[in-house]
Amino acid sequence: MIDADVVVGLEVHCQLDTKSKLFCGCSTDYRNDGPNTHVCPVCLGLPGTMPVLNRRAIEYAMRVAKALNCTVIPESEFSRKNYFYPDLDKAYQVTQYDKPLALGGYVGIEGDDGKERRIQLTRIHVEEDPGRLVHMGNAERGRYSLVDYNRAGIPLIEIVSEPEMRSPKEARKFLNKLRATLEYLGVFDPEKEGSLRVDANISLRGSERVEIKNITSYKGVERALTFEVTRQKNQLRRGLKVDRETRHYLEARGITQSARSKEQENDYRYFPEPDLRPLRVQSWVKDVKLPELPDARRERFVQQYGCSLNHARTLTGELKMANFFEAVVAGDGNGLCKLAATWIADTLAGELNYRSMGIDALDAKRFTGLLVLLKAGTITDKSGIEVMRVMLDERLKGETVETPEAIVSRLNLAKTTGDDAALLGAVHDVITENPKAVEDYKAGKNGALNFLVGQTMKKTRGRADPGELNRLMVEALKSAEQ
Amino acid sequence: MAVHTINFEPDDRYNAFLKVCAKPSHSEGKLAGIAVAVKDNISTQGIETTCASKILKGYVPPYDAHAVGLIKNAGAAIAGKTNMDEFGMGTSTENSAFGPTLNPCDTGRVPGGSSGGSAAAVAAGMVRMALGTDTGGSIRCPAAFSGIVGFKPTYGRVSRYGLIAYANSLETIGPMATNVSDVSLLMSVISGNDRKDTTSYDKPYAHTPSADIKGLRIGIPEEYFGKGVDPDVGTVVRRAIARLEELGAVTVPCSIPSMEYALAAYYVICTSEASSNLARFDGVRYGPAADTKKSWHAAYQDVRKQGFGPEVRRRIMLGTFALSSGYYGKYYAKAQVARENVRKDFTRLFSDVDVLCGPTMPTIAFKFGEKSDPLSMYLSDILTVPVNLAGIPAISVPCGKVQGMPVGLQVMGRPFEDERVIDVAYAYEQAVKP
Repeated sequence: MIDADVVVGLEVHCQLDTKSKLFCGCSTDYRNDGPNTHVCPVCLGLPGTMPVLNRRAIEYAMRVAKALNCTVIPESEFSRKNYFYPDLDKAYQVTQYDKPLALGGYVGIEGDDGKERRIQLTRIHVEEDPGRLVHMGNAERGRYSLVDYNRAGIPLIEIVSEPEMRSPKEARKFLNKLRATLEYLGVFDPEKEGSLRVDANISLRGSERVEIKNITSYKGVERALTFEVTRQKNQLRRGLKVDRETRHYLEARGITQSARSKEQENDYRYFPEPDLRPLRVQSWVKDVKLPELPDARRERFVQQYGCSLNHARTLTGELKMANFFEAVVAGDGNGLCKLAATWIADTLAGELNYRSMGIDALDAKRFTGLLVLLKAGTITDKSGIEVMRVMLDERLKGETVETPEAIVSRLNLAKTTGDDAALLGAVHDVITENPKAVEDYKAGKNGALNFLVGQTMKKTRGRADPGELNRLMVEALKSAEQ
Repeated sequence: MAVHTINFEPDDRYNAFLKVCAKPSHSEGKLAGIAVAVKDNISTQGIETTCASKILKGYVPPYDAHAVGLIKNAGAAIAGKTNMDEFGMGTSTENSAFGPTLNPCDTGRVPGGSSGGSAAAVAAGMVRMALGTDTGGSIRCPAAFSGIVGFKPTYGRVSRYGLIAYANSLETIGPMATNVSDVSLLMSVISGNDRKDTTSYDKPYAHTPSADIKGLRIGIPEEYFGKGVDPDVGTVVRRAIARLEELGAVTVPCSIPSMEYALAAYYVICTSEASSNLARFDGVRYGPAADTKKSWHAAYQDVRKQGFGPEVRRRIMLGTFALSSGYYGKYYAKAQVARENVRKDFTRLFSDVDVLCGPTMPTIAFKFGEKSDPLSMYLSDILTVPVNLAGIPAISVPCGKVQGMPVGLQVMGRPFEDERVIDVAYAYEQAVKP
């Protein structure tokens, strides 16, 4: 959907994948542990404690800023954002306000019109994550909430874009590109729950801006925005105006809902954090090194492996997929590039997605083995898919994953050849069992041949090469005619 | 290391202590066996720390302030926690939620504040030394009012880790004692870099006071003897400065024009920071919880309304206002400009003179209830707050009496020249020693 009237801006909060928290030595690896087990006087905000800045977090943030072409500000500053909420132990969040770490920059995406677009960034700043509330009870038993401060003090960067995306889909692409970049930089783990949270601003041209708060999934962003576009258009169609407001996205129902107006009235009373000195990075920023980034890798995949642009974009869109591809083709020592690109970007990606599996579920050597069988013509494409599914399902069930060769042999998936008696037998059986179709074929109905070939395919469970089978079927029908 | 205990059973008729540790243990070291009282806004592991506020009643810190750890390691015995103005907000110790401390020199008068409990404990001879904290004069004022020595170090020279923040950019922990040598000794233990306080400096204090001040240039700012300063106090202090001249120092009249705005700037900055620092006291993690089934927002209001005293509430509201959008530029930002001007004035003066001298407080200790309106109380901080705005070191040393009450001579020095400030006080103290 290209819609000239839609304007979207995003504020993306990403947890930086450091070992310790932003202002204390507590471990960030809290997800498998009980509540309030990764806490200390500092991240509990106990009276008298003071923050000590984690240099690694700043290093990571500078990597992101450089990778996204931002200008790193030589002297930035931390500020306090004051508000009351039970998950906020100090009743203020240490963040950056008028002197953020980095300004400007952009994220390159493929726009809805197919052209490369640069979505400009406003700024990137560093801040601490608050704790988390767990709501308990229900209407009958009395509602209460528990507070877990394990998350309190996890380093976050907030990346703020200009309102330059023109559709929910572009917003999704922006996020995908951002995620890939952060992943390549080694500063972010997209698989950790809640590691990315998004606030989205959306307006229809000439109408008020609506903010959707705290969307926690990539898909959620596109869905929430799509819902908002429809809702706002309906409002305008009915002659109503769109209110400037904050809305929450209800993930389970796929809708947005107006937040209580009270939440919008916050005056955060920002002022510089007196317990931290200004952050000076001038001499440091020069030493921050960047690895190969998604765009560069995409270009390399096109150049080095002859991938199509689309395949290269998909393959490099996730670090693990790109690594998997390169492991499979082994620097193209095996001449499998084109086959690998198609099979990984198109087929495997879909099968993994269907099973909600990550690509690391699969062993690259096994996959190379499968491609070798396909390239040699030992199995058909259809059998290839079956072998892949068997391997994925075995992994999913926690069983030992067989080699492709073993699966082909066990399920008897080797491609049939022209003089294969079983194949010829199947052809003749189909002709005998379907006299009506044979009549139709004789009468010149082309669809009849496809039907007969399809029936034979079924009998041979896809082992036959479709072209070969077609030829055999035509020959058999000819001889039956004589 | 051997661990010993001492008996500490003071006759606390002045309400100096909020908590007495009857048999404190101690180890060996520079302060071996010396009972040190600790102001109740400095965290002490396992010992209730309330900041003299109901809102922290029952709070027992799980960790020691850096300075407390240092004095323990040096062999000191923690004698107890001393009374103070709630969260350090006051000049008289009348703002304690647990009753005022009395001045041992005259129990009808305040001991000064906010470190009034520490000052009284030292002045009455209950302990040899105490830790206080100084945000706008809270060590020097009670030292002057109670007739002891109180030292406010250069900002950053003593770690603030564990000091329950009232106004972070202004305050510091510092030593109090009956004489300059003990102040110097305690300072040598608590100073130095602390990785947990990144505003601290790696400038340990390792100094033995010297009474040689020949050729020292002393600036005498006219504002310290101007409007609002009791002429009798001025006379006593001038006499003390004359004594320093006799010891070989040279005096130079000077002026700090920025002082006109110093007090206003100070109260904007300290209340702004306080409004943020004290926001965490909500009854969720420590202190008395809300006895209510209300929503969290309403419960917070109940806890904070009941838990904070009137002066604390006043300052939180002032600071909240000063930081509000639309007012920030008018108040907080302007106050920072005024603060910078104070710094510049001191820098200018210190290019010519080595130290500045004047009274610590414009008057002697007031009678209880004498300063009933907040503004007149705030005005009594006029001679101490410039030091905090500039972050420089300053000491108050007893220099005589007016109406039988002690008067303090204040010596202010260049940043990180704490040693020189202490030497000047020591020279005076030695010269007048009976």
